Amino acid sequence: MTSRGLPPKQGLYDPHFERDACGIGFVASIKGRRSHDIIEKGLQVLINLTHRGACGCDPETGDGAGILLQIPHEFFRRECAKIGIELPEPGAYGVGMLFVPVEHPRRLRSEGIVEQIIREEGQAVLGWRDVPVDNSVLGFVAKASQPFITQVFIGRAPGLDQPEFERQLYIIRKRIEAMANSAGMEEARSLYVPSMSSITVVYKGLLIATQITRFYRDLSDPAVVSALALVHQRFSTNTFPTWELAHPYRYLAHNGEINTLRGNVNWMKARESVLASPLFGDDIRKLFPIVAAGGSDSANLDNAVELLVQTGRSLPHAMMMLIPEAWSGNPHMKPEKRAFYEYHASLMEPWDGPAAIAFTDGRLIGATLDRNGLRPARYLVTHDDLAVMASETGVLPIRPEEVRYKGRLQPGKMFLVDTQEGRIIDDKELKARMAARRPYTEWLREHQITLEALPEPPRVHPPDHETLVHRQRAFGYTAEDLKFIMAPMAARGEEPLGSMGTDTPLAVLSDKPQPLFNYFKQLFAQVTNPPVDHIREEMVMSLTSFIGNERNILAEEPKHCHLLKLPHPILTNRDLEKLRNLSRGDFLATTLPALFRANGSGRPMAEALEELCARASDAVRRGFSLIVLSDRGINDERAPIPSLLALSTVHHHLIRQCQRTQVALVAESGEPREVMHYALLIGYGASAINPYLAIETLTDVVNRGLLPPEITPEKAVRNYIKAVNKGLLKVFSKMGISTLQSYRGAQIFEAIGLNSALVERYFTGTPSRIEGVGLDEIASEARRRHEQAFRPLSQAETDLEAGGQYQWRRDGEYHLFNPDTITRLQQAARGNNAETFRQYSRLVDEQNERLCTLRGLLKFKSNGAAVPLEEVQPAAEIVKRFATGAMSFGSISREAHETLAIAMNRIGARSNTGEGGEEEERFLPDANGDSRRSSVKQVASGRFGVTSHYLVNADELQIKIAQGAKPGEGGQLPGHKVDETIARVRCSVPGVGLISPPPHHDIYSIEDLAQLIFDLKNVNPRARISVKLVAEVGVGTVAAGVAKAHADVVLISGHDGGTGASPLTSMKHSGAPWELGLAETQQVLVMNDLRGRIIVQVDGKLQTARDVVIAALLGAEEFGFATAPLVVSGCVMMRKCHLNTCPAGIATQDPVLRKKFAGKPEYLVNFFFLLAEEVRRLMAELGYRRFEEMVGRIDRLEMREAIEHWKARGLEFSSILYNPIVPQRCARRKVREQDHGLERALDNKLIEMARPALEGHGGVQIRMPIRNVHRTVGAMLGGEISRRYGSRGLPDGSIRCHFSGSGGQSFGAFAVNGMELTLEGDANDYVGKGISGGRLVIYPPRDSTFAPEENIIIGNTCLYGATGGEVYVNGKAGERFAVRNSGATAVVEGLGDHGCEYMTRGVVAVLGKTGRNFGAGMSGGIAFVLDEVGDFRRRRVNPAMVEVEPVAAGEDQELLRELIGKHLHYTRSPRADFLLRRWEQTLPSFVKVMPHEYRRVLASRIADFGLRISSEPSAKPAVAVAAPQSAFRNPQSALAKGAADG
Amino acid sequence: MGKLTGFLEYEREAPGYRPVEERIRDYFEIDLGLPEDRLRRQGARCMDCGVPFCHTGCPLGNVIPDWNDLVYRRRWREALQALHSTNNFPEFTGRICPAPCEPACVLGLTADPVTIRSIEKAIIDRGFEEGWIKPEPPVTRTGKSVAVVGSGPAGLAVAQQLNRAGHLVTLFERADRLGGLLRYGIPDFKLEKRCVDRRLEQMAEEGIRFEANVTAGRDVSVAELLRFDAVCLAGGATRPRDLLVPGRQLEGIHFAMDFLRQQNRRIAGDLIPAEEEIVATGKRVVILGGGDTGADCLGTAIRQGAREVHQFELLPMPPRQRTELMPWPTYPTILRTSSAHEEGGVRRWSVNTRAFSGENGQVTRLQAVEVEFGPPDSRGVCPMTEIPGTEFEQEADLVLLALGFLHPEHDPLLSGLGVKLDGRGNAAVDQSHMTSVPGVFAAGDMERGQSLVVWAIAGGRRAAHHIDKHLMGRTFLPQ
Repeated sequence: MTSRGLPPKQGLYDPHFERDACGIGFVASIKGRRSHDIIEKGLQVLINLTHRGACGCDPETGDGAGILLQIPHEFFRRECAKIGIELPEPGAYGVGMLFVPVEHPRRLRSEGIVEQIIREEGQAVLGWRDVPVDNSVLGFVAKASQPFITQVFIGRAPGLDQPEFERQLYIIRKRIEAMANSAGMEEARSLYVPSMSSITVVYKGLLIATQITRFYRDLSDPAVVSALALVHQRFSTNTFPTWELAHPYRYLAHNGEINTLRGNVNWMKARESVLASPLFGDDIRKLFPIVAAGGSDSANLDNAVELLVQTGRSLPHAMMMLIPEAWSGNPHMKPEKRAFYEYHASLMEPWDGPAAIAFTDGRLIGATLDRNGLRPARYLVTHDDLAVMASETGVLPIRPEEVRYKGRLQPGKMFLVDTQEGRIIDDKELKARMAARRPYTEWLREHQITLEALPEPPRVHPPDHETLVHRQRAFGYTAEDLKFIMAPMAARGEEPLGSMGTDTPLAVLSDKPQPLFNYFKQLFAQVTNPPVDHIREEMVMSLTSFIGNERNILAEEPKHCHLLKLPHPILTNRDLEKLRNLSRGDFLATTLPALFRANGSGRPMAEALEELCARASDAVRRGFSLIVLSDRGINDERAPIPSLLALSTVHHHLIRQCQRTQVALVAESGEPREVMHYALLIGYGASAINPYLAIETLTDVVNRGLLPPEITPEKAVRNYIKAVNKGLLKVFSKMGISTLQSYRGAQIFEAIGLNSALVERYFTGTPSRIEGVGLDEIASEARRRHEQAFRPLSQAETDLEAGGQYQWRRDGEYHLFNPDTITRLQQAARGNNAETFRQYSRLVDEQNERLCTLRGLLKFKSNGAAVPLEEVQPAAEIVKRFATGAMSFGSISREAHETLAIAMNRIGARSNTGEGGEEEERFLPDANGDSRRSSVKQVASGRFGVTSHYLVNADELQIKIAQGAKPGEGGQLPGHKVDETIARVRCSVPGVGLISPPPHHDIYSIEDLAQLIFDLKNVNPRARISVKLVAEVGVGTVAAGVAKAHADVVLISGHDGGTGASPLTSMKHSGAPWELGLAETQQVLVMNDLRGRIIVQVDGKLQTARDVVIAALLGAEEFGFATAPLVVSGCVMMRKCHLNTCPAGIATQDPVLRKKFAGKPEYLVNFFFLLAEEVRRLMAELGYRRFEEMVGRIDRLEMREAIEHWKARGLEFSSILYNPIVPQRCARRKVREQDHGLERALDNKLIEMARPALEGHGGVQIRMPIRNVHRTVGAMLGGEISRRYGSRGLPDGSIRCHFSGSGGQSFGAFAVNGMELTLEGDANDYVGKGISGGRLVIYPPRDSTFAPEENIIIGNTCLYGATGGEVYVNGKAGERFAVRNSGATAVVEGLGDHGCEYMTRGVVAVLGKTGRNFGAGMSGGIAFVLDEVGDFRRRRVNPAMVEVEPVAAGEDQELLRELIGKHLHYTRSPRADFLLRRWEQTLPSFVKVMPHEYRRVLASRIADFGLRISSEPSAKPAVAVAAPQSAFRNPQSALAKGAADG
Repeated sequence: MGKLTGFLEYEREAPGYRPVEERIRDYFEIDLGLPEDRLRRQGARCMDCGVPFCHTGCPLGNVIPDWNDLVYRRRWREALQALHSTNNFPEFTGRICPAPCEPACVLGLTADPVTIRSIEKAIIDRGFEEGWIKPEPPVTRTGKSVAVVGSGPAGLAVAQQLNRAGHLVTLFERADRLGGLLRYGIPDFKLEKRCVDRRLEQMAEEGIRFEANVTAGRDVSVAELLRFDAVCLAGGATRPRDLLVPGRQLEGIHFAMDFLRQQNRRIAGDLIPAEEEIVATGKRVVILGGGDTGADCLGTAIRQGAREVHQFELLPMPPRQRTELMPWPTYPTILRTSSAHEEGGVRRWSVNTRAFSGENGQVTRLQAVEVEFGPPDSRGVCPMTEIPGTEFEQEADLVLLALGFLHPEHDPLLSGLGVKLDGRGNAAVDQSHMTSVPGVFAAGDMERGQSLVVWAIAGGRRAAHHIDKHLMGRTFLPQ
């Protein structure tokens, strides 16, 4: 599939992985009054969203912008009249907006095709109008790719009504698209139809918002009127944006990402065979493919919406069907509404992913958010019936007194304007109406089948312990599988953890037979969409699925829900037998054997697969709706086909045969045993899995005594299934997917080491980039396993193979870090011994070359131009390119952390503080001249210790999007590792566990990343900003987005990175080797001409100079090392970091063990110099004098010939070694700086005006207006204060700023003591992000008329990672207020879902309604919530970690009252006033939210030590007092002081 | 994995020996063993390392962490299986191995290593006690025949492995009893011969044919040997190093092996003709050579009631602890005190014996001098110089030469077969243990030169792997 307008697939670039995210908005007259004003306002919204879009290498070319409006009939009539077209009355003609080729003959031919199709469909061509454009405003990239833009006017055939006509226009457009995508039509390939309708018209293009009016001259004509305007500004990750992929599409504009797209598209394709609609009859075929090739995720979604709407569903109905609310995990949803969603879940899997969608059919206009609500959407309604919705507030200047109310879209909710009825239909009414359309509840009751309701099967396969070990061997079980994977799952119901990453070969390089599963890697979300926290935000997750024969989704009948509902996908033997014997209604099950005769060649396997497919097809034809693919019954002749292969083959075969939706596939297999296996089976189409051998093995695990005595075999099975299910949710959530139904068949994997013939046939659509093994090798691996099982065994070897994946074993898998290399490396570094280091390097390099890594298969291409070693730049220069990996103080001991920092500072390289802050005293040099300051400060999702002061003490700020060992996952530091010191630097409480969320809650998309980069750059303009990504297919595209988001450095990490703790499946099965990620990144950046403005760094088990030089030639300029420096410091790869028992004193906080730390900075200095000297030697051989000369010289690498290895010989590296063909001027390494646009920041002005205060000459007061384009106001000023005055800042109230208007994103971010920012108006997302001190006060304009407590005044994710300060908000906040708050005090009058999530310290008072899931993951601090309705405890709070209790008399009450008092004082809140006046009556309505762990720690600390927990900013010492409540006295005193100053 | 924090909670506890007073009165094994609960604690100290260096430290690649853990969890039978999976004869290594695994133990970085060898011994002893060790005859026979020459640890390992792979194995031993070095080289107080016997019984029941009193190359001809489908030479490195100094011809100067063999035979019930007797009873004994064999001589001499015992070593006294030059996890050359040294005798280092002198043809004294060694020269050799003025004399009635072994005996077998030798006089083999004669393999000291029992077993296993592959085209025997 080639996406039109994008470059073809080349090297490692695949247009498939293009991503985008954006700003959306609409303006509508609720009463349907058409005016040009609406258009102007729409365009103005667009312009004010410009910063959400992006520019590429050419600053004048945007990623795309557009507007959808109603057909301006008067305008068209006038204009058409000028060119001799007479238009009939409105509605009787349609307007086709067309992009056609510029070259005249091709253009004519395209237009000819269009006319022909229109006529064939019985409509009239009224004429053509060239759309007047002014391309002088375009950037050169946009200009070069600009199509000719024309409109065709289509007359309605007599006798058609308007809906019928719309359907005809739909058919015409789909036919044009199909034609355009068919091969051989060169003209048609550049033919695109932005819109073709009798109601709406779309103007869009590769534009920046500001260009659109000037480009499309129509839009400024006063005669162009509309009652609604839908607009969109695009930010795509790279610079291959195209004219076509600009939004809006025909019905919608989208901000976000559909993660499950591959599955959705596959299922839509599979459904085509049964699609039928009386409205279309036979014409339905003309609509195929429903989902047009080459579209983006949004375009595909638009295609699906369009189908549903054109076949008779209303637009809101279609949206609810495609993007449902989280219904299955919400017990409080109205039963009728649940039934609606459950019924529709039987028809369609959710299109899942973060999405804010604005949609319109020309009459209704609205917006909806997905279940997670991860995209912002704010709206306001004016007294004169104007509705404005946009990604941000403040996009239109509207006088406060005109505002009737303001709001935000909540997760899963819809905001809908009916311009014909002239009113807003609220979510409740709308959905009640939908739920009442049909008796869904009844239909479900009558037709849905559940597993429990099925009759007991006559017999269940009994376990067979006689043959157990044989069968385990046949399926490739190892002793490690039992010990490391299954036993922990069975014991605890959780996935097992490990540490130090992986250093074993890829499956394709391993000499051991590998399960086919191991050739796949999980994909995960990074930047372009957020992973979900499946534990803390469980309510959105669902494992429920419906299996059976799916029907025509265009109809709506009771039969549609005649499906089997499964609560989760793992079947016990009894469950499976129930299914196997199923015969109810349309349900009939059959079992097909997935076995073959293993003789080592691929042939019998291919034949067996073919037969399996034929039998499956036959079964479908004969009416079976459930196929069990079974590998039971292996014997000495018949071996199991790898279960994934069998399943995926049948799945794709049935898709190709258009039979897929008529049958469900169930795997009955002895093979799957770990979470990855189940995820793969589901990802390739399995509805359910019966892992019979795993279940039997659990009994074995019990018998072997691997489990605690209290675990019975039954309990073990229950725990195991629970662990698998939890693990599956984790895998889904890593990709940001919430439901099993949308994960199924979504194929969110890449294959590494499978050849394309195999993938094309059996795993269609899976990326696989370096070729590899085929069916022969897979069969050969199967044969080896089979032999293992069925050859005669002596008693001495009746056990399982050792494995050696997780622990080094002599006969096990290879490890890069093994006894030989570890010892040599330590000896070389300690003794500064070049010879030993060379031996070490040789060992590693030889291992690499034999088996271990992709780089091992590369070699240097000599050009005979070696230079003398003396001429090569000195090692002291080279070591500056080295950095150590991010390892937090907390995960490793202080001794280890500081040793790394000292060493790196000594040699002018960089150490990385990791996520977890840094002790302030380390910012200053030591007496002996050493510095313990980490020059790279990490900003990760937990934001622990990320204060303004921390940020200004860095040379580089690294945003960790993902880490190699567990990309897409969060982390957790257990309470026992959080001692006094660690708690202090992390701004948390000793003994209280700390959770790092999976996503950065301020990065749900690429434009959010740009915003965070901007935030950090503001705080510390001197630091370079780096973004850490993990290699996976498509990472190059993300890296391009990162470059466009103005990062200075992008770090590509390999999948093998070390870690303190990670689930074993994540360590082994997600992410790709850095060689792939780096090469892809280099290629895409060069192709885009973006490489020159960003440094590329790489890490991931780099060990030797050869590794460094290969990485340099592939495009890296800087290099990170983590495992090797740890080994140099004494690490012996115990892999026990997660257990706190590191015997080398590194990954532990145990004081006894820490004493054993034997590392020294000298050793590290030795290591890096030894390494650099070896690099020099290689440079001399290759003929490079200076390092930068070799960066990106892919031409100096080649693949080693004569690779003998039976699996590796199939590999093919041309994609890695691909050198993009671009002119010389496109840089291949960094040559220029990013333009951060800091000079335009409002803070420059603030700093200027605050100079007297900054210089210590007393306080200043500043007043100025503010707009939404003023982003990150206050951060640079705060940084300036931190730099001058440290973490203490200035005296309270030194700098007072009063703003009026709408604050842009990140208002008041990283403010510090001494700042008081007052905003009269409203603000967008991220208010008070990372606030470290000072005060923010936000209230509505004094002359506004709405009730503040009912109106949204600040956006989502406010106070994220706050460490101090006070915030008063006279109005409601969005989702995730005070997320990860660790010290701020805040008062707000209502908030959305997930309030106070992951909070660890601080105080929050909510004087109004809260959303759901309050206090999820909250481990410290307290919150007071006004619970007027009385449903907080029952419906709003997440009770997992917190208790809800009355506000105790005494200090609690005093504190609350005082907070409200301050709130009144600063904001003049009527609500505060009301509450205080009626204090005695309202007090009982308040509840206090108290984390369990926090209470326990407070109590025990008071009991044990008489200590109190400081609620003050971190630096202050703790003071002993008596009672627990007094822990919260400090905020009060801070407030009291603030009041006095105020 | 033992207990997660076991290494922090428990100290190393070695099982110890029977009291000296008691043990020197008999020839029974001196090892005490630990009671189960205390042994489990030792198992609990194992840290279940990600990279278990002990497992490389061990030439056999014993999966030490696995059985440490199993012992801790009282899974004795599984521990036995894990132990047997890499080692045919843990009852030998558990008693006499110098345990290079222990200095490689990661715990040894910062504390005392796990007492691996005692755990090994406890597991295998328990296995025999419980009757878990049964013959494991092959399920099917391949129809191939293999001759193994030599019944020391290497030969036994080759034989057992190949027999289990289904080949018919005939083992030739020139001595009257089987076991080679195990039988006649190691004193009973370290390895009681019942240990060897019960293992041989098992092997015989598994179907291995034993032919004692047969000297290969003579009693069974080279041609007959070559009629086997494969031959494995495992005759050991039995040619002792001599000390050719004046007076060497005197009576009362013997090779250590002759002395030790005789005592073992005596314990086994053989009558030694008086004229052949070599006994230390009432004598002044000097043992030349500071290694394990020397220590064995010492313990034996003391048990026989020697008047005094001296042990001289040419090299200087090693340091008591690791030095920079022998960092963890290498096997360090440090001062080791064996059980025999606790029993008596005087040790001296840096002593070079220049001559023996005697009366009536019987040795009565020896002349020696102290030496020192210079820094290594270009070939890595440390030149030795005598220290003037340190010459001394030592009275001696019995001198035992425990100076190590040079290489295998070449006649009649190696020369008869025409096996090529390496530079040190050992049978030269390729990567697959095959000698220059096709189908003839070699294992153990015969190809490696003198070494440890654990290396012999490891070599035997590896040779068996290659022999099986040679015979069948493929093999499932571990390397």
